[in-house]
Amino acid sequence: MSKYARFAFALAVGTGLAMGAGGPAKAETPKKGGTLNFIVAAEAPSYDLHKESTFAAVHPIRPFYSLLIRVNPDNPQSPTDFQCDLCVGSVPKPTDGGKTYTFKIKKGVKFHDGQTLTAADVVATFNKIISPPEGVVSVRKAFYKMVDSVTAPDDETVVFKLKFPTGAFIPALATPMNHVYSAKDLKEHGYSWHEKNVNGTGAFKFAGAVAGSHVDGVRFENFHVKGKPYLDGYRALISRKLAIRVQAIRGDRAAIEFRGFPPKQRDDLVAALGKDITVQESDWNCVLLFTPNQGRPIMQDPRVRQALTLAVDRWGGSQHLSRIAIVKTVGGIGFPGHPLSATKAELVRLNGYGTDLKASREKAKKLLAEAGKAGLKFELLNRGTDQPYKIVGTWLIGQWRQIGLEVTQKVEPTKSFYNSLRKTKEFDVSLDFNCQSVINPIVDVSKFVGSAGNNYGNYKGKDQELEDIYNQLIKEGDEKKQREIMRVMEKRALSDMAHEGVTLWWYKINPHRSYVKGWKIAPSHYLNQSLDQVWLDK
Amino acid sequence: MVTVSEVQTEAQFEEVAPKKPWTQIAVDLSRKQPLGVFGLAIVVAMIIAAALADVVAPYNPLQEHFDSMLSGPSEDYLLGTDEFGRDILSRLIYGSRTALLVGFVCAIVGSTAGLVLGVASAYFGGLFDLMLQRILDVFMAFPLIILALAVVATLGPGIENVMIAIILPFIPQCARVVRSNALAIREIPYVDAARALGFSDARIILRHMVPNVMAPYLIMLTTFLGQAILLEASLSFLGLGVQDPIPAWGLMLTNASEFFEGAPWVAIYPGVAISLSVFGFNLFGDSVRDVLDPKLRSR
Repeated sequence: MSKYARFAFALAVGTGLAMGAGGPAKAETPKKGGTLNFIVAAEAPSYDLHKESTFAAVHPIRPFYSLLIRVNPDNPQSPTDFQCDLCVGSVPKPTDGGKTYTFKIKKGVKFHDGQTLTAADVVATFNKIISPPEGVVSVRKAFYKMVDSVTAPDDETVVFKLKFPTGAFIPALATPMNHVYSAKDLKEHGYSWHEKNVNGTGAFKFAGAVAGSHVDGVRFENFHVKGKPYLDGYRALISRKLAIRVQAIRGDRAAIEFRGFPPKQRDDLVAALGKDITVQESDWNCVLLFTPNQGRPIMQDPRVRQALTLAVDRWGGSQHLSRIAIVKTVGGIGFPGHPLSATKAELVRLNGYGTDLKASREKAKKLLAEAGKAGLKFELLNRGTDQPYKIVGTWLIGQWRQIGLEVTQKVEPTKSFYNSLRKTKEFDVSLDFNCQSVINPIVDVSKFVGSAGNNYGNYKGKDQELEDIYNQLIKEGDEKKQREIMRVMEKRALSDMAHEGVTLWWYKINPHRSYVKGWKIAPSHYLNQSLDQVWLDK
Repeated sequence: MVTVSEVQTEAQFEEVAPKKPWTQIAVDLSRKQPLGVFGLAIVVAMIIAAALADVVAPYNPLQEHFDSMLSGPSEDYLLGTDEFGRDILSRLIYGSRTALLVGFVCAIVGSTAGLVLGVASAYFGGLFDLMLQRILDVFMAFPLIILALAVVATLGPGIENVMIAIILPFIPQCARVVRSNALAIREIPYVDAARALGFSDARIILRHMVPNVMAPYLIMLTTFLGQAILLEASLSFLGLGVQDPIPAWGLMLTNASEFFEGAPWVAIYPGVAISLSVFGFNLFGDSVRDVLDPKLRSR
């Protein structure tokens, strides 16, 4: 059994154990009809998932679209089980020494406006994602550094040619934000049209939205998978307050929240609803970071950034914060527990991961003094979402206070937060996240490279050594060597240069109404959100 | 018009009348305005707590005690701890600073700006009055909280912006009340006399009109104190006001919303603090109004 297989097995067993209360899964016949009400903790900044990386956009919008390939919705814990969505048969094997992938596209697939999908639509979509024109945001373009070209020799064939063979390509292709758009829409309406408009081939059609309130979807009768979806429609209700979201499920105003609740709220719901609530739990491919803005003079000295990470008690935080927030696991740049990720013995060698907290904080104070920044004052930009942003943000400020830093917090609603983080860069240090979908560490860690589309630390072009390490990693085929390069990259990004501070990895807990069937928890809140499999046992 | 002989008589009377000790004055006041004195006691207690927070608070309000997260009231933590193990009593005491700062700054600035605009509007009249009143109408068309929300949404969160958001709706309210009083005063002959003597507009407004509208001004000011505290708490509750880790009652309440089912003290005590302080300021304000407004005094 390979390391990857053992890893998948461990994840599956872990999830199975967590779901033990619900008993073994039985094969049930899905029932048709009904509207699924689910609740979302924030409002989508836009409907274009090629430029977004928030669940607030994925949960309400993903059901409107299809992907070329996707994670198997019946086995979402597996990092290697993919299936065709818009392609025919099973996911193709590479040819040309691992450098060419040829996909046959399903015939007769309709967009919601009646257009017929062709290979040209898939090509236009991936060209937008991989090599967008100047000024068009594609936050995951760094995932596709291996792609040389995407072409459509005919209406039913798409060919991806890679610069070098890599196992990171197929998982990257299955990213659930790779919504396939119509080439005609892109050509006629422009690359920003999908930010406010929807036209997909997904199981549900856009039926309206009220800002700050909800997004509605109704069944698409011409969906390309016969017999699906089971639901008549869905309503994604928006509520920022965790207490309201919990009460919505308790009062059956909503059946599920796909992102995740803290342990305490899970216990409250189980105590209140008993068998009417089912709990699914999983490790989560999502980590909260703090990103110093190296565009600001106060954050340009690596010693200051090292001090920030040295002040943080990650081992203690894991123990304490996991009681009140959806964070738990201490880890480095890769998904904890994955064969490519660091062990505890490897982690403790990094700045900020040592078990002697007092020594770490003394070192932090010394570094600040050397940099002439003792008692530094700055502002932490944070997102106005309770879990886990505000809790982790407040905790971090407390940690930094221990080394004499005076930090205030600026909390902004999701849209303004992203604007400050990504566009105006108006922050000293910001909370940020690396939440990925498919577990694919080689691609997921691209976030830590300054040139990545989703890196907001303002160190693009300032650390070529890190760029070179990542380029070496993505081209390396040998697992053992990949692991070694990952450690070098981790040390460079988190410890030596301290470009980013990893706080804690998340832990996903989904208590939902027991009548919601067909949805399986994945190690990401982005995965398995097409809702075509979901049905209501009412 | 006051004659010289009347002034002399009053002065003589003051010389003859024995001065009451302050304790007697307090007793008399508490007999006449028992609720007002109770309100004043709450206000004074708040001010003392805020001023002496460093001495009276048992803990640093920012200090986390992770071994005592969400602990109930006990000998160590009289009102319990919050989700980070921070002492709730200490955060309430320090939080009174935020409440009083916002309350006093907003009430004083808002009502004073309203006083100036109201008196000026009444004194100058004409087009100036017409234009100013229509502008104030626009502001008054919005409910207080909606206008404050709009301002914070535009300026962004933070204590300074919250104060601006609260002050703005206060100004037209005070200006309108003061203007109606000032309009009556403008017609009194001594204003005509001052004008006939060639006094400047500023002197007439400041020396002859403003002192005569102090009663409605003070009433509005005391009313605004409670309102400002409530508005600050509301905006912080909505995440638009003061941000963690600064102790503020509304913020404590919003943080409590995740945990109050299992740890009700995290919500109860900040809620009580907000209610009690607003209650205190309102009682005190009502009494000030009763004392200063002779029409209401006899009712």
